[in-house]
Amino acid sequence: MSDSSKFQNGLPDGWELVVGLEVHVELATKTKLFSASPNRFGDEPNTNIDPVTLGLPGALPVLNEHAVELAMRIGLALNCSVQPCTFHRKNYFYPDLPKAYQISQYDQPLNVDGYLMLPGNVRVEVERAHLEEDTGKSTHFGGAGGRIHGSEYSLIDFNRAGVPLVEIVSRPDIRTAEQAKQYVSELRAILVAIGASDAKMEEGSMRCDANVSVRRFGDPLGTRCEIKNVNSVRSLGRAIEYEARRQVDILETGGSIRQETRHWDDAEGRTHTLRTKEDADDYRYFLEPDLVPLAPDAAWVERVRSALPALPAARRALLAALTGADVEGEAVSVVVERGQDPYVKSVVDAGGEAGRALVWVQQSFAEEGESPRLPAKDLAALTVMEREGKITATQAKTVLGEMLANGGGDPVAIAASKGFEALDTSSIATFVDDAIAAQPDAWAKYCAGEEKAAGALVGAIMKASKGKADGKVVTAMLQERRGS
Amino acid sequence: MSDFGTVASIAADVASGRASARAILEQHLVRIDTREGEVHAFNLVMRERALESAAEIDDRVKRGDNPGRLAGVPVALKDNMCTRGVDTTCSSRILEGWKPPYDATAVKKLAAEGAVFIGKTNLDEFAMGSSTENSAFGPTRNPLDTSRVPGGSSGGSAAAVAAGFAAGSLGSDTGGSIRQPAALCGLVGVKPTYGLVSRYGLVAFASSLDQIGPFTHTVEDAAILTEVIAGHDPMDSTSIPQPAPDLVGVLGAGVKGLRIGRVADLPKGADPDVLARLDAAFDALAEAGATIVDVRLPSLSFALTAYYLIAPAEASSNLARYDGVRYGKRVAAGDINTMYADTRESGFGDEVKRRIMLGTYALSAGYYDAYYGKALKVRRLIADDFARAYADADVILTPTSPSVAFRFGSKTDDPLAMYLCDIFTIPTNLAGHPAMSVPFGTGQDGMPVGVQVLAPTLGEATMFRAAAELERAV
Repeated sequence: MSDSSKFQNGLPDGWELVVGLEVHVELATKTKLFSASPNRFGDEPNTNIDPVTLGLPGALPVLNEHAVELAMRIGLALNCSVQPCTFHRKNYFYPDLPKAYQISQYDQPLNVDGYLMLPGNVRVEVERAHLEEDTGKSTHFGGAGGRIHGSEYSLIDFNRAGVPLVEIVSRPDIRTAEQAKQYVSELRAILVAIGASDAKMEEGSMRCDANVSVRRFGDPLGTRCEIKNVNSVRSLGRAIEYEARRQVDILETGGSIRQETRHWDDAEGRTHTLRTKEDADDYRYFLEPDLVPLAPDAAWVERVRSALPALPAARRALLAALTGADVEGEAVSVVVERGQDPYVKSVVDAGGEAGRALVWVQQSFAEEGESPRLPAKDLAALTVMEREGKITATQAKTVLGEMLANGGGDPVAIAASKGFEALDTSSIATFVDDAIAAQPDAWAKYCAGEEKAAGALVGAIMKASKGKADGKVVTAMLQERRGS
Repeated sequence: MSDFGTVASIAADVASGRASARAILEQHLVRIDTREGEVHAFNLVMRERALESAAEIDDRVKRGDNPGRLAGVPVALKDNMCTRGVDTTCSSRILEGWKPPYDATAVKKLAAEGAVFIGKTNLDEFAMGSSTENSAFGPTRNPLDTSRVPGGSSGGSAAAVAAGFAAGSLGSDTGGSIRQPAALCGLVGVKPTYGLVSRYGLVAFASSLDQIGPFTHTVEDAAILTEVIAGHDPMDSTSIPQPAPDLVGVLGAGVKGLRIGRVADLPKGADPDVLARLDAAFDALAEAGATIVDVRLPSLSFALTAYYLIAPAEASSNLARYDGVRYGKRVAAGDINTMYADTRESGFGDEVKRRIMLGTYALSAGYYDAYYGKALKVRRLIADDFARAYADADVILTPTSPSVAFRFGSKTDDPLAMYLCDIFTIPTNLAGHPAMSVPFGTGQDGMPVGVQVLAPTLGEATMFRAAAELERAV
């Protein structure tokens, strides 16, 4: 571990954070994992149900082939091996678990032994990614803290029961809260890119539990606590940092960590005990006798593998190479996440300036989808005008706004109609000298090193030039005259 | 053989117009009115619905439409098969009042061939038992001698056919629950190959062992009902993906050249009268041209123990859904855990609780390997034994039940004695093979004795050939 990590996570010197993540994602199938009821979020409660979903006596599960295919996509995108697998029953009583067992995968999961790369060449091993069914959703009324115990009554919505999930389990390879956030963000980007899930943490279609422990550098792994109820990437970082600090405080005062499941309270910014290891259910896993083993043949696996789209990491690398931007920078990651990297490429293919195209798409295309309405050749023409110094960045932004509003247009014509043209250097120099003469106080302050004072001068120059002076040129001239 | 009409004769009479479905139904309803009070075969007699179905069949015949292979045949259904809108109780208080919103696949297939459902029959609660004494609604009596049990768990389905309340019935067989009551009531009873008949809509006891099959008076009737209910069902993942076999067509083929296996190391426990009838069965088949060969099944002595770990383990999970939350009985309480406990305490009978506890224990952390895990290994050994035996034999004959029908209460205080009733039937379920019981004369006190014909996976055709020969030889 590099030195710098010692000072991350807000931990005292010498302590190392160790995190493994269990991420559940709902698959974007039309129907449930074992029945024909719709898999749809937000419907009237208890409308997407059937005998299988409700666990009625005599109802039997039938595996959804599309769910298997999406699960295989996830496994292959995470560099896993797809293997013959079986389903098990995980037995426990809870009102939103209709059969009193969850059909899951146990010792023979579909996907095993993959990995995910994070920025800085950090490799996080993926132990497994297995299929299972979701539970219903309980809401508890009255009593304390929205929990079933002590509540007056509870309502259950079984629309979610039987929705296909893939649980992706990482090895404890994560060393900072930042890496944990990067892992979840990257995983989310992959899931969306391959069409496996919409992966919305706020809607619960992506849920994340963190196994957190701390140790002194070089020591064996410490006792871990599992943190539940983390509902956003930001909360994940906060929860991990809080939990790590809590554990270090206990250990530094001579205490020991109890293995337990803890609940993250986002409002309070702390975790508290949900249940200890002693209270944990004995799930009595055994092979699900209502299903047969699943052994995807090699041809099916290859079909799924070859149909996988380019993954975000590869697309970021391509976009960075095309535009000269930082592969780990925000512009590249935002544009790839929006799926607009092919658009940037088409702007470049139409003769556009790659770097400027990336910037404009990042800054002004947030509302556009994967296929922006603006023809690539129009944006290309705009970036060419900028390159040739025919228009300032501010003017270009106005022109682009109009092009986007109209779904296209010739930037040369739009700039002309607005009287936009970039001023030549000698004209700008006149405006600069006029401004210095008009505001001697501001000039004096600026010369004394007060950078903020430049604002008044630049403002005056821009006003006088009707916005046609290029801001960068103006600033450079002011600095030149000050002698800095 | 009985004086009541057979499935084949009733269907032929109704289809040809010689008899109306309504008249046939009324004959059966009269018998029910006369004897049901004493026998208690039914949890529910579906009088009105049956009259409606019979009228519909008669209309079809009048219109000249095909009324189906089972036109107007009164059929009784074990009360663990889902019937849309009709109470399905499993003879348990915990399901009282529950009406399924769908039909079991086997039920649908019978209805599509014109069967008339006459009622839902009594059983040991959730099919757990060998005498039908474990029903929450009181025992069923053997129509041949009402001081004796009809066997179980499908005792109601057996009694209904034996008493002439129905021409045929469906039962379910997890460890012998069709074959043993068939033997005790003098009927033909079939447990098909696991996966031949869809389990969709059969309330699960032990999913890897349960299989639906018929009770009838004749081997031909059993073949007809098996053909109707068999075949692939996409709603059951364990259903075998192939069409129903032709069984009626093989009944006259005889047994010339067939190799009939005699188990040289048959587990002890069968009564002498039962073993005498088994010997007679071998003689009859030999006389008809079959060869008798000795086979060995050394793992058979472990079958009962393995079964009483595997079946309860699956049952403990299958029956966990009866929690008072969504349907059936609920005992109100102040918190969820008390509600669960009170509902299950009052909803389940003793035998069901015994098996849930046994199964929960067998699957628990620290005990799984020693109990459930080991039982699975025994299951494998039994399948291996059978595979070797079937290299030498086409079918195997054993007793069905160690004894003729016993008297009420004689085994109720001793669960182990009751469990031993299934010693000859259980291995088939563990192996997933087909087997059937055929009446073959009488034993002690003139009560019927059944001979069991066992066959390898999907060996139904050969099994029925041998069974038909035994029937001819009685």
